[in-house]
Amino acid sequence: MPTALTLTTTTPDQTRVVGAALGRLVPPRTVILLHGDLGAGKTTLAQGIAQGLGVPGPVQSPTFTLANEHDGIRDGAPIRLYHLDLYRLAGEGDLDGVGWDAYLAAADGVTVVEWPERAGSALPEAYWLVRLEDTGDGGRRLTFSEVPSVARSAPWLATLASEVAGFPARRSDSEG
Amino acid sequence: MNVLGIETSCDETAAAVVADGRHVRSNAIASQIALHRSHGGVVPELAARGHLTAIVPVVEAALTGAGIGRDGVDAVAVTDGPGLAGSLLVGVNAAKGFAYALGKPLLPVNHLEAHLYANWLVDGNRARESDDPPAFPAVCLLVSGGHTELILMTGHGAYRHLGGTLDDAAGEAFDKGARWLGLGYPGGPAIERAARDGDPARFPLPRAWLGGDEEFGFSFSGLKTALRRLTDPYRLPDPPPAPSTGPFPEHRPPLFRPDLPVADLAASYQDAVIDVLATKTVRAAFAQGARTVLLAGGVAANAALRARLGAEMDRHSETGRVPPIPVRWPPPALCTDNAAMVAAAAFFGRDPVGPPAWDLDVHPRHPLGSR
Repeated sequence: MPTALTLTTTTPDQTRVVGAALGRLVPPRTVILLHGDLGAGKTTLAQGIAQGLGVPGPVQSPTFTLANEHDGIRDGAPIRLYHLDLYRLAGEGDLDGVGWDAYLAAADGVTVVEWPERAGSALPEAYWLVRLEDTGDGGRRLTFSEVPSVARSAPWLATLASEVAGFPARRSDSEG
Repeated sequence: MNVLGIETSCDETAAAVVADGRHVRSNAIASQIALHRSHGGVVPELAARGHLTAIVPVVEAALTGAGIGRDGVDAVAVTDGPGLAGSLLVGVNAAKGFAYALGKPLLPVNHLEAHLYANWLVDGNRARESDDPPAFPAVCLLVSGGHTELILMTGHGAYRHLGGTLDDAAGEAFDKGARWLGLGYPGGPAIERAARDGDPARFPLPRAWLGGDEEFGFSFSGLKTALRRLTDPYRLPDPPPAPSTGPFPEHRPPLFRPDLPVADLAASYQDAVIDVLATKTVRAAFAQGARTVLLAGGVAANAALRARLGAEMDRHSETGRVPPIPVRWPPPALCTDNAAMVAAAAFFGRDPVGPPAWDLDVHPRHPLGSR
Protein backbone atom coordinates (compact mmCIF):
# COMPACT_ATOMS: atom_id res chain seq x y z
CA MET A 1 0.00 0.00 0.00
CA PRO A 2 1.34 3.41 -0.94
CA THR A 3 2.50 6.07 1.48
CA ALA A 4 2.98 8.56 -1.34
CA LEU A 5 1.23 9.22 -4.61
CA THR A 6 2.79 10.88 -7.62
CA LEU A 7 0.64 12.34 -10.39
CA THR A 8 1.77 14.03 -13.55
CA THR A 9 -0.42 16.71 -15.11
CA THR A 10 0.18 18.25 -18.50
CA THR A 11 -1.87 21.47 -18.26
CA PRO A 12 -2.90 23.97 -15.55
CA ASP A 13 -6.49 22.79 -16.01
CA GLN A 14 -5.45 19.23 -15.18
CA THR A 15 -3.66 20.51 -12.09
CA ARG A 16 -6.92 22.22 -11.10
CA VAL A 17 -8.84 18.96 -11.65
CA VAL A 18 -6.45 17.17 -9.27
CA GLY A 19 -6.82 20.01 -6.79
CA ALA A 20 -10.61 19.79 -7.00
CA ALA A 21 -10.48 16.06 -6.22
CA LEU A 22 -8.29 16.83 -3.22
CA GLY A 23 -10.68 19.60 -2.14
CA ARG A 24 -13.63 17.20 -2.25
CA LEU A 25 -12.02 14.66 0.08
CA VAL A 26 -9.96 16.72 2.54
CA PRO A 27 -11.49 16.82 6.03
CA PRO A 28 -11.79 20.09 7.99
CA ARG A 29 -8.86 21.01 10.28
CA THR A 30 -6.40 19.70 7.71
CA VAL A 31 -3.35 21.78 6.85
CA ILE A 32 -2.10 21.24 3.30
CA LEU A 33 1.40 22.50 2.49
CA LEU A 34 2.25 23.24 -1.14
CA HIS A 35 5.99 23.09 -1.65
CA GLY A 36 7.50 24.06 -4.98
CA ASP A 37 9.57 26.67 -6.78
CA LEU A 38 8.37 29.91 -8.38
CA GLY A 39 5.83 28.99 -11.09
CA ALA A 40 5.55 25.35 -10.04
CA GLY A 41 1.75 25.54 -9.95
CA LYS A 42 1.00 26.10 -6.25
CA THR A 43 -1.68 28.74 -6.76
CA THR A 44 -3.17 26.70 -9.62
CA LEU A 45 -3.49 23.66 -7.37
CA ALA A 46 -4.97 25.86 -4.63
CA GLN A 47 -7.56 27.13 -7.14
CA GLY A 48 -8.54 23.50 -7.74
CA ILE A 49 -8.77 22.78 -4.01
CA ALA A 50 -11.05 25.82 -3.69
CA GLN A 51 -13.24 24.44 -6.45
CA GLY A 52 -13.49 21.09 -4.62
CA LEU A 53 -14.49 22.96 -1.46
CA GLY A 54 -17.27 24.71 -3.35
CA VAL A 55 -15.73 28.17 -3.24
CA PRO A 56 -17.40 30.41 -5.84
CA GLY A 57 -15.45 33.03 -7.75
CA PRO A 58 -11.78 33.49 -8.49
CA VAL A 59 -9.05 32.49 -6.06
CA GLN A 60 -6.19 34.92 -6.59
CA SER A 61 -2.64 34.60 -5.36
CA PRO A 62 -2.52 35.69 -1.70
CA THR A 63 1.08 36.90 -1.98
CA PHE A 64 0.14 40.54 -1.36
CA THR A 65 -2.34 40.01 1.45
CA LEU A 66 -0.54 36.92 2.87
CA ALA A 67 -3.82 35.25 3.76
CA ASN A 68 -7.13 35.08 1.91
CA GLU A 69 -10.26 33.55 3.38
CA HIS A 70 -12.92 32.01 1.17
CA ASP A 71 -16.34 30.60 2.04
CA GLY A 72 -17.27 27.36 0.32
CA ILE A 73 -20.17 24.96 0.49
CA ARG A 74 -19.35 21.27 0.24
CA ASP A 75 -22.00 18.56 0.41
CA GLY A 76 -24.47 21.21 1.54
CA ALA A 77 -22.38 22.30 4.53
CA PRO A 78 -20.36 25.51 4.84
CA ILE A 79 -16.58 25.08 4.87
CA ARG A 80 -13.86 27.72 4.70
CA LEU A 81 -10.63 27.83 2.77
CA TYR A 82 -7.76 29.65 4.43
CA HIS A 83 -5.27 30.32 1.64
CA LEU A 84 -1.89 31.46 2.95
CA ASP A 85 1.23 32.48 1.09
CA LEU A 86 4.40 32.93 3.14
CA TYR A 87 6.47 34.07 0.14
CA ARG A 88 7.01 37.58 1.52
CA LEU A 89 8.11 36.45 4.95
CA ALA A 90 11.76 36.49 5.91
CA GLY A 91 11.38 33.70 8.44
CA GLU A 92 9.30 32.25 11.18
CA GLY A 93 9.79 35.34 13.33
CA ASP A 94 7.37 37.14 11.01
CA LEU A 95 4.59 34.58 11.45
CA ASP A 96 2.97 36.35 14.40
CA GLY A 97 1.88 39.16 12.10
CA VAL A 98 0.00 36.68 9.90
CA GLY A 99 -2.08 35.06 12.63
CA TRP A 100 -0.32 31.77 11.90
CA ASP A 101 -1.39 29.86 15.01
CA ALA A 102 -5.05 30.72 14.46
CA TYR A 103 -4.97 29.45 10.88
CA LEU A 104 -3.33 26.18 11.91
CA ALA A 105 -6.03 25.61 14.51
CA ALA A 106 -8.97 26.56 12.26
CA ALA A 107 -11.72 24.04 12.92
CA ASP A 108 -14.20 25.30 10.34
CA GLY A 109 -12.11 24.74 7.27
CA VAL A 110 -8.99 23.73 5.43
CA THR A 111 -5.75 25.69 5.51
CA VAL A 112 -3.62 25.69 2.36
CA VAL A 113 -0.11 27.13 2.69
CA GLU A 114 2.16 28.18 -0.16
CA TRP A 115 5.91 28.63 0.51
CA PRO A 116 5.74 26.67 3.81
CA GLU A 117 9.55 26.63 4.08
CA ARG A 118 9.36 30.23 5.32
CA ALA A 119 7.66 28.93 8.46
CA GLY A 120 10.85 27.17 9.54
CA SER A 121 10.24 25.07 12.60
CA ALA A 122 6.82 26.60 13.25
CA LEU A 123 5.07 24.04 11.03
CA PRO A 124 2.26 22.00 12.58
CA GLU A 125 2.99 18.48 13.80
CA ALA A 126 0.66 16.91 11.25
CA TYR A 127 -0.06 18.00 7.70
CA TRP A 128 -0.64 16.85 4.16
CA LEU A 129 2.19 17.68 1.82
CA VAL A 130 2.15 18.29 -1.91
CA ARG A 131 5.49 18.73 -3.64
CA LEU A 132 5.19 20.38 -7.06
CA GLU A 133 7.89 20.18 -9.71
CA ASP A 134 8.12 21.37 -13.29
CA THR A 135 8.80 18.34 -15.49
CA GLY A 136 10.53 20.56 -18.04
CA ASP A 137 8.13 19.78 -20.90
CA GLY A 138 5.20 21.88 -19.67
CA GLY A 139 3.96 19.27 -17.21
CA ARG A 140 3.93 19.21 -13.43
CA ARG A 141 4.82 16.36 -11.11
CA LEU A 142 2.69 16.41 -7.95
CA THR A 143 3.74 14.19 -5.07
CA PHE A 144 1.23 13.76 -2.25
CA SER A 145 2.11 12.45 1.19
CA GLU A 146 1.18 12.82 4.82
CA VAL A 147 3.35 13.92 7.73
CA PRO A 148 4.04 12.30 10.11
CA SER A 149 4.31 9.51 7.60
CA VAL A 150 1.82 6.79 8.34
CA ALA A 151 2.96 3.21 8.76
CA ARG A 152 0.20 1.95 6.55
CA SER A 153 -1.38 3.73 3.62
CA ALA A 154 -3.20 6.98 4.19
CA PRO A 155 -6.68 6.16 2.82
CA TRP A 156 -7.02 9.56 1.15
CA LEU A 157 -4.08 8.79 -1.13
CA ALA A 158 -5.90 5.76 -2.52
CA THR A 159 -9.12 7.76 -2.88
CA LEU A 160 -7.31 10.56 -4.67
CA ALA A 161 -5.62 8.08 -7.00
CA SER A 162 -8.94 6.54 -8.01
CA GLU A 163 -10.59 9.99 -8.40
CA VAL A 164 -8.03 11.11 -10.95
CA ALA A 165 -7.41 7.73 -12.55
CA GLY A 166 -7.09 9.40 -15.95
CA PHE A 167 -3.73 10.98 -15.21
CA PRO A 168 -0.38 9.23 -15.29
CA ALA A 169 0.04 8.16 -11.69
CA ARG A 170 2.76 6.43 -9.76
CA ARG A 171 2.38 5.08 -6.28
CA SER A 172 5.38 4.70 -4.16
CA ASP A 173 6.28 3.04 -0.92
CA SER A 174 9.63 4.64 -0.69
CA GLU A 175 8.55 8.24 -0.36
CA GLY A 176 6.62 10.21 2.23
CA MET B 1 -13.02 72.41 2.48
CA ASN B 2 -9.78 70.89 3.79
CA VAL B 3 -9.70 67.12 4.22
CA LEU B 4 -6.87 65.52 6.15
CA GLY B 5 -6.19 62.11 4.57
CA ILE B 6 -4.43 59.21 6.30
CA GLU B 7 -3.16 56.07 4.56
CA THR B 8 -1.40 53.08 6.14
CA SER B 9 -2.70 50.09 4.20
CA CYS B 10 0.67 48.67 3.19
CA ASP B 11 4.23 49.93 3.52
CA GLU B 12 3.84 53.73 3.31
CA THR B 13 2.77 55.87 6.24
CA ALA B 14 1.11 58.87 4.62
CA ALA B 15 -0.89 61.96 5.53
CA ALA B 16 -2.01 64.83 3.29
CA VAL B 17 -4.24 67.87 3.22
CA VAL B 18 -6.36 68.36 0.09
CA ALA B 19 -8.66 71.32 -0.54
CA ASP B 20 -12.01 70.66 -2.23
CA GLY B 21 -10.97 67.21 -3.35
CA ARG B 22 -8.49 68.47 -5.92
CA HIS B 23 -5.81 70.80 -4.65
CA VAL B 24 -2.91 69.11 -2.86
CA ARG B 25 -1.90 71.42 0.00
CA SER B 26 0.56 68.93 1.44
CA ASN B 27 1.51 65.31 0.86
CA ALA B 28 3.71 63.69 3.51
CA ILE B 29 4.97 60.12 3.11
CA ALA B 30 7.30 58.06 5.27
CA SER B 31 8.31 55.12 3.13
CA GLN B 32 9.25 51.79 4.61
CA ILE B 33 10.82 50.51 1.40
CA ALA B 34 14.27 50.51 2.98
CA LEU B 35 12.88 48.55 5.93
CA HIS B 36 11.42 45.85 3.69
CA ARG B 37 14.03 45.76 0.94
CA SER B 38 16.11 43.07 2.60
CA HIS B 39 13.05 40.83 2.70
CA GLY B 40 12.03 41.31 -0.95
CA GLY B 41 8.53 42.23 0.12
CA VAL B 42 6.38 43.73 2.81
CA VAL B 43 6.54 42.04 6.19
CA PRO B 44 3.27 42.72 8.03
CA GLU B 45 4.49 42.89 11.60
CA LEU B 46 7.43 45.12 10.64
CA ALA B 47 5.06 47.30 8.64
CA ALA B 48 2.60 47.78 11.52
CA ARG B 49 5.41 48.74 13.89
CA GLY B 50 6.82 51.14 11.29
CA HIS B 51 3.44 52.83 10.90
CA LEU B 52 3.08 53.21 14.64
CA THR B 53 6.38 55.09 14.89
CA ALA B 54 5.75 57.28 11.86
CA ILE B 55 2.06 58.15 12.02
CA VAL B 56 2.05 61.15 14.39
CA PRO B 57 5.11 62.91 12.88
CA VAL B 58 3.71 62.34 9.38
CA VAL B 59 0.34 63.88 10.25
CA GLU B 60 2.12 66.84 11.89
CA ALA B 61 4.23 67.25 8.75
CA ALA B 62 1.11 67.25 6.58
CA LEU B 63 -0.54 69.97 8.69
CA THR B 64 2.63 72.09 8.80
CA GLY B 65 3.17 71.64 5.05
CA ALA B 66 -0.36 72.78 4.32
CA GLY B 67 0.15 75.87 6.45
CA ILE B 68 -2.98 75.16 8.44
CA GLY B 69 -3.41 74.51 12.11
CA ARG B 70 -5.48 71.68 13.49
CA ASP B 71 -8.59 73.85 13.40
CA GLY B 72 -8.12 74.28 9.65
CA VAL B 73 -9.08 70.64 9.14
CA ASP B 74 -12.74 70.14 8.14
CA ALA B 75 -12.79 66.32 8.01
CA VAL B 76 -10.46 63.36 8.52
CA ALA B 77 -10.40 60.61 5.87
CA VAL B 78 -8.72 57.26 6.32
CA THR B 79 -8.17 54.04 4.34
CA ASP B 80 -10.05 51.19 6.05
CA GLY B 81 -9.24 48.51 3.45
CA PRO B 82 -8.17 46.56 1.57
CA GLY B 83 -4.68 46.05 2.96
CA LEU B 84 -2.75 44.44 5.77
CA ALA B 85 -4.95 44.29 8.89
CA GLY B 86 -2.24 45.37 11.37
CA SER B 87 -1.20 48.27 9.16
CA LEU B 88 -4.76 49.46 8.50
CA LEU B 89 -5.48 49.44 12.23
CA VAL B 90 -2.74 51.98 12.93
CA GLY B 91 -4.16 54.47 10.42
CA VAL B 92 -7.80 53.93 11.37
CA ASN B 93 -7.14 54.38 15.07
CA ALA B 94 -4.96 57.44 14.52
CA ALA B 95 -7.68 58.95 12.32
CA LYS B 96 -10.31 58.25 14.96
CA GLY B 97 -8.14 59.98 17.52
CA PHE B 98 -7.54 63.07 15.38
CA ALA B 99 -11.19 63.34 14.29
CA TYR B 100 -12.44 62.94 17.85
CA ALA B 101 -9.99 65.48 19.24
CA LEU B 102 -10.83 67.97 16.48
CA GLY B 103 -14.58 67.32 16.64
CA LYS B 104 -14.68 66.70 12.88
CA PRO B 105 -16.24 63.95 10.73
CA LEU B 106 -14.34 60.70 10.19
CA LEU B 107 -14.63 59.42 6.61
CA PRO B 108 -13.64 55.84 5.71
CA VAL B 109 -12.21 55.34 2.22
CA ASN B 110 -11.64 52.24 0.11
CA HIS B 111 -7.97 52.07 -0.93
CA LEU B 112 -8.78 51.05 -4.53
CA GLU B 113 -11.24 53.92 -4.89
CA ALA B 114 -8.59 56.27 -3.53
CA HIS B 115 -6.15 55.19 -6.25
CA LEU B 116 -8.68 56.12 -8.94
CA TYR B 117 -9.18 59.55 -7.35
CA ALA B 118 -5.49 60.33 -7.64
CA ASN B 119 -6.52 61.37 -11.17
CA TRP B 120 -8.57 64.24 -9.74
CA LEU B 121 -5.62 65.78 -7.91
CA VAL B 122 -3.73 68.82 -9.09
CA ASP B 123 -0.63 70.15 -7.40
CA GLY B 124 -0.95 73.51 -5.67
CA ASN B 125 -3.92 75.82 -5.41
CA ARG B 126 -4.58 76.93 -8.96
CA ALA B 127 -6.06 74.60 -11.57
CA ARG B 128 -4.89 75.09 -15.14
CA GLU B 129 -7.20 74.57 -18.09
CA SER B 130 -5.73 71.11 -18.71
CA ASP B 131 -6.66 70.28 -15.15
CA ASP B 132 -10.36 69.77 -15.86
CA PRO B 133 -11.65 66.84 -13.86
CA PRO B 134 -11.79 63.52 -15.78
CA ALA B 135 -14.98 63.07 -17.80
CA PHE B 136 -17.36 60.18 -17.16
CA PRO B 137 -17.77 57.44 -18.16
CA ALA B 138 -14.15 56.54 -17.45
CA VAL B 139 -12.46 53.18 -17.94
CA CYS B 140 -9.83 52.80 -15.22
CA LEU B 141 -6.90 50.43 -15.16
CA LEU B 142 -5.86 49.96 -11.55
CA VAL B 143 -2.49 48.21 -11.36
CA SER B 144 -0.44 47.76 -8.21
CA GLY B 145 1.36 45.16 -6.15
CA GLY B 146 -1.86 43.64 -4.96
CA HIS B 147 -4.36 44.57 -7.66
CA THR B 148 -4.97 44.43 -11.37
CA GLU B 149 -8.49 45.59 -12.16
CA LEU B 150 -10.36 47.15 -15.05
CA ILE B 151 -13.15 49.32 -13.68
CA LEU B 152 -15.87 51.33 -15.37
CA MET B 153 -16.63 54.51 -13.48
CA THR B 154 -19.93 56.10 -14.52
CA GLY B 155 -19.95 58.82 -11.86
CA HIS B 156 -18.58 59.65 -8.42
CA GLY B 157 -18.73 56.51 -6.33
CA ALA B 158 -20.39 54.51 -9.16
CA TYR B 159 -18.28 51.55 -10.27
CA ARG B 160 -18.65 48.46 -12.38
CA HIS B 161 -16.00 45.75 -12.32
CA LEU B 162 -15.10 44.84 -15.91
CA GLY B 163 -12.36 42.33 -15.12
CA GLY B 164 -9.48 41.57 -12.84
CA THR B 165 -6.62 39.20 -12.37
CA LEU B 166 -7.42 35.50 -12.05
CA ASP B 167 -4.16 34.78 -10.24
CA ASP B 168 -1.22 37.17 -9.80
CA ALA B 169 -1.46 40.97 -9.84
CA ALA B 170 0.74 42.79 -12.39
CA GLY B 171 2.83 44.33 -9.62
CA GLU B 172 3.26 40.90 -8.07
CA ALA B 173 4.41 39.54 -11.44
CA PHE B 174 7.01 42.33 -11.53
CA ASP B 175 8.08 41.65 -7.92
CA LYS B 176 8.51 37.93 -8.49
CA GLY B 177 10.23 38.35 -11.86
CA ALA B 178 12.61 40.93 -10.39
CA ARG B 179 13.39 38.69 -7.45
CA TRP B 180 14.12 35.76 -9.75
CA LEU B 181 16.50 37.89 -11.82
CA GLY B 182 18.11 39.32 -8.67
CA LEU B 183 17.00 42.88 -9.47
CA GLY B 184 15.64 43.84 -6.05
CA TYR B 185 12.48 45.30 -4.56
CA PRO B 186 10.13 46.90 -5.46
CA GLY B 187 10.11 44.88 -8.67
CA GLY B 188 8.30 47.23 -11.08
CA PRO B 189 10.84 50.06 -11.07
CA ALA B 190 13.71 47.51 -10.90
CA ILE B 191 12.47 45.70 -14.02
CA GLU B 192 11.85 49.00 -15.79
CA ARG B 193 15.41 50.16 -15.08
CA ALA B 194 16.93 46.87 -16.18
CA ALA B 195 14.74 46.80 -19.30
CA ARG B 196 15.88 50.19 -20.53
CA ASP B 197 18.77 48.83 -22.62
CA GLY B 198 17.06 45.55 -23.40
CA ASP B 199 15.39 44.15 -26.50
CA PRO B 200 11.72 43.41 -25.69
CA ALA B 201 11.40 41.20 -28.78
CA ARG B 202 14.31 38.89 -27.99
CA PHE B 203 12.38 36.42 -25.86
CA PRO B 204 8.80 35.63 -26.83
CA LEU B 205 6.95 35.31 -23.51
CA PRO B 206 3.34 34.15 -23.31
CA ARG B 207 0.38 36.55 -23.18
CA ALA B 208 -2.80 35.25 -21.58
CA TRP B 209 -5.51 36.92 -23.68
CA LEU B 210 -8.27 34.79 -22.14
CA GLY B 211 -11.71 35.25 -23.68
CA GLY B 212 -15.42 34.73 -23.20
CA ASP B 213 -16.40 35.93 -19.74
CA GLU B 214 -12.80 36.90 -19.09
CA GLU B 215 -12.48 39.23 -22.07
CA PHE B 216 -11.23 41.88 -19.64
CA GLY B 217 -9.59 39.49 -17.18
CA PHE B 218 -5.88 38.99 -16.65
CA SER B 219 -3.58 36.10 -15.82
CA PHE B 220 0.12 36.52 -15.15
CA SER B 221 1.00 33.27 -13.40
CA GLY B 222 2.22 31.53 -16.57
CA LEU B 223 4.77 34.26 -17.08
CA LYS B 224 6.83 33.26 -14.03
CA THR B 225 7.23 29.72 -15.33
CA ALA B 226 8.20 30.97 -18.76
CA LEU B 227 10.82 33.31 -17.28
CA ARG B 228 12.22 30.53 -15.15
CA ARG B 229 12.58 28.26 -18.20
CA LEU B 230 14.35 30.98 -20.18
CA THR B 231 16.89 31.40 -17.41
CA ASP B 232 17.50 27.67 -16.89
CA PRO B 233 20.42 27.43 -19.33
CA TYR B 234 22.26 30.14 -17.36
CA ARG B 235 21.69 28.66 -13.92
CA LEU B 236 24.61 27.70 -11.73
CA PRO B 237 24.33 24.83 -9.29
CA ASP B 238 22.67 25.87 -6.04
CA PRO B 239 25.07 26.26 -3.14
CA PRO B 240 24.72 23.66 -0.39
CA PRO B 241 21.59 24.52 1.59
CA ALA B 242 21.94 26.40 4.84
CA PRO B 243 21.13 24.39 7.95
CA SER B 244 17.35 24.46 8.01
CA THR B 245 15.18 24.71 11.09
CA GLY B 246 12.28 22.97 9.37
CA PRO B 247 11.68 19.94 7.17
CA PHE B 248 12.21 21.90 3.96
CA PRO B 249 15.41 23.30 2.53
CA GLU B 250 15.61 27.09 2.80
CA HIS B 251 14.51 28.77 -0.39
CA ARG B 252 17.43 30.66 -1.96
CA PRO B 253 17.36 32.98 -4.94
CA PRO B 254 18.95 31.25 -7.95
CA LEU B 255 22.54 31.89 -9.02
CA PHE B 256 23.24 32.64 -12.68
CA ARG B 257 26.24 32.82 -14.96
CA PRO B 258 27.42 36.40 -15.54
CA ASP B 259 26.33 36.24 -19.21
CA LEU B 260 22.63 36.04 -18.20
CA PRO B 261 20.97 38.51 -20.62
CA VAL B 262 19.28 40.43 -17.81
CA ALA B 263 18.36 43.52 -19.86
CA ASP B 264 16.71 41.52 -22.66
CA LEU B 265 14.94 39.25 -20.19
CA ALA B 266 13.64 42.20 -18.17
CA ALA B 267 12.53 44.01 -21.34
CA SER B 268 10.76 40.93 -22.73
CA TYR B 269 9.11 40.22 -19.38
CA GLN B 270 7.95 43.81 -18.95
CA ASP B 271 6.65 43.84 -22.52
CA ALA B 272 4.56 40.72 -21.94
CA VAL B 273 2.87 42.35 -18.94
CA ILE B 274 2.22 45.79 -20.40
CA ASP B 275 1.15 44.44 -23.79
CA VAL B 276 -1.87 42.69 -22.25
CA LEU B 277 -2.63 45.57 -19.87
CA ALA B 278 -2.59 48.20 -22.62
CA THR B 279 -4.46 46.17 -25.22
CA LYS B 280 -7.30 45.15 -22.91
CA THR B 281 -7.65 48.65 -21.47
CA VAL B 282 -8.01 50.22 -24.90
CA ARG B 283 -10.49 47.53 -26.00
CA ALA B 284 -12.54 48.07 -22.85
CA ALA B 285 -12.50 51.84 -23.32
CA PHE B 286 -13.96 51.64 -26.83
CA ALA B 287 -16.39 48.85 -25.88
CA GLN B 288 -17.76 50.95 -23.01
CA GLY B 289 -17.88 54.24 -24.89
CA ALA B 290 -15.52 55.81 -22.37
CA ARG B 291 -14.72 59.52 -22.52
CA THR B 292 -11.55 59.10 -20.46
CA VAL B 293 -9.07 56.34 -19.71
CA LEU B 294 -7.56 56.57 -16.25
CA LEU B 295 -4.44 54.81 -15.03
CA ALA B 296 -3.99 54.31 -11.32
CA GLY B 297 -1.87 52.40 -8.83
CA GLY B 298 1.87 51.99 -8.46
CA VAL B 299 2.38 50.28 -11.82
CA ALA B 300 0.79 53.35 -13.49
CA ALA B 301 4.13 55.06 -12.84
CA ASN B 302 5.72 52.68 -15.37
CA ALA B 303 6.70 54.84 -18.37
CA ALA B 304 6.71 51.89 -20.75
CA LEU B 305 3.09 51.10 -19.84
CA ARG B 306 2.06 54.70 -20.47
CA ALA B 307 3.83 54.77 -23.81
CA ARG B 308 2.30 51.46 -24.89
CA LEU B 309 -1.17 52.59 -23.86
CA GLY B 310 -0.78 55.76 -25.93
CA ALA B 311 0.48 53.80 -28.94
CA GLU B 312 -2.29 51.22 -28.64
CA MET B 313 -4.88 53.99 -28.39
CA ASP B 314 -3.54 55.64 -31.58
CA ARG B 315 -3.45 52.33 -33.43
CA HIS B 316 -7.01 51.44 -32.43
CA SER B 317 -8.21 54.90 -33.29
CA GLU B 318 -6.62 54.83 -36.77
CA THR B 319 -7.83 51.36 -37.74
CA GLY B 320 -11.33 52.00 -36.40
CA ARG B 321 -11.44 55.60 -37.73
CA VAL B 322 -12.62 56.80 -34.32
CA PRO B 323 -11.16 59.65 -32.31
CA PRO B 324 -8.69 58.55 -29.63
CA ILE B 325 -9.89 58.65 -26.04
CA PRO B 326 -7.75 60.83 -23.77
CA VAL B 327 -5.56 58.81 -21.42
CA ARG B 328 -4.67 60.33 -18.02
CA TRP B 329 -2.51 59.29 -15.19
CA PRO B 330 -1.46 60.89 -11.91
CA PRO B 331 2.05 62.27 -11.38
CA PRO B 332 4.39 59.45 -10.23
CA ALA B 333 4.30 60.54 -6.57
CA LEU B 334 0.52 60.15 -6.56
CA CYS B 335 0.50 56.76 -8.36
CA THR B 336 2.04 54.91 -5.45
CA ASP B 337 0.32 54.84 -2.07
CA ASN B 338 -0.31 58.32 -0.69
CA ALA B 339 -2.86 60.09 1.46
CA ALA B 340 -3.83 62.90 -0.92
CA MET B 341 -5.81 60.40 -2.99
CA VAL B 342 -7.59 59.27 0.17
CA ALA B 343 -8.64 62.83 0.95
CA ALA B 344 -9.83 63.33 -2.65
CA ALA B 345 -11.91 60.15 -2.66
CA ALA B 346 -13.47 61.15 0.65
CA PHE B 347 -14.42 64.57 -0.69
CA PHE B 348 -16.14 63.28 -3.83
CA GLY B 349 -17.52 60.03 -2.56
CA ARG B 350 -19.05 60.85 0.80
CA ASP B 351 -21.55 62.97 2.54
CA PRO B 352 -19.10 65.09 4.52
CA VAL B 353 -21.62 65.92 7.27
CA GLY B 354 -22.48 62.29 8.00
CA PRO B 355 -22.23 61.00 11.55
CA PRO B 356 -18.73 60.16 12.76
CA ALA B 357 -18.01 56.44 12.29
CA TRP B 358 -16.47 55.81 15.70
CA ASP B 359 -17.13 52.08 15.39
CA LEU B 360 -15.11 51.97 12.15
CA ASP B 361 -13.21 48.70 11.77
CA VAL B 362 -10.62 47.62 9.19
CA HIS B 363 -11.56 45.54 6.13
CA PRO B 364 -8.43 43.78 4.86
CA ARG B 365 -10.17 42.40 1.74
CA HIS B 366 -12.61 45.21 1.00
CA PRO B 367 -13.77 45.01 -2.63
CA LEU B 368 -14.48 48.23 -4.51
CA GLY B 369 -17.96 49.68 -4.10
CA SER B 370 -18.88 47.32 -1.25
CA ARG B 371 -19.72 49.93 1.32
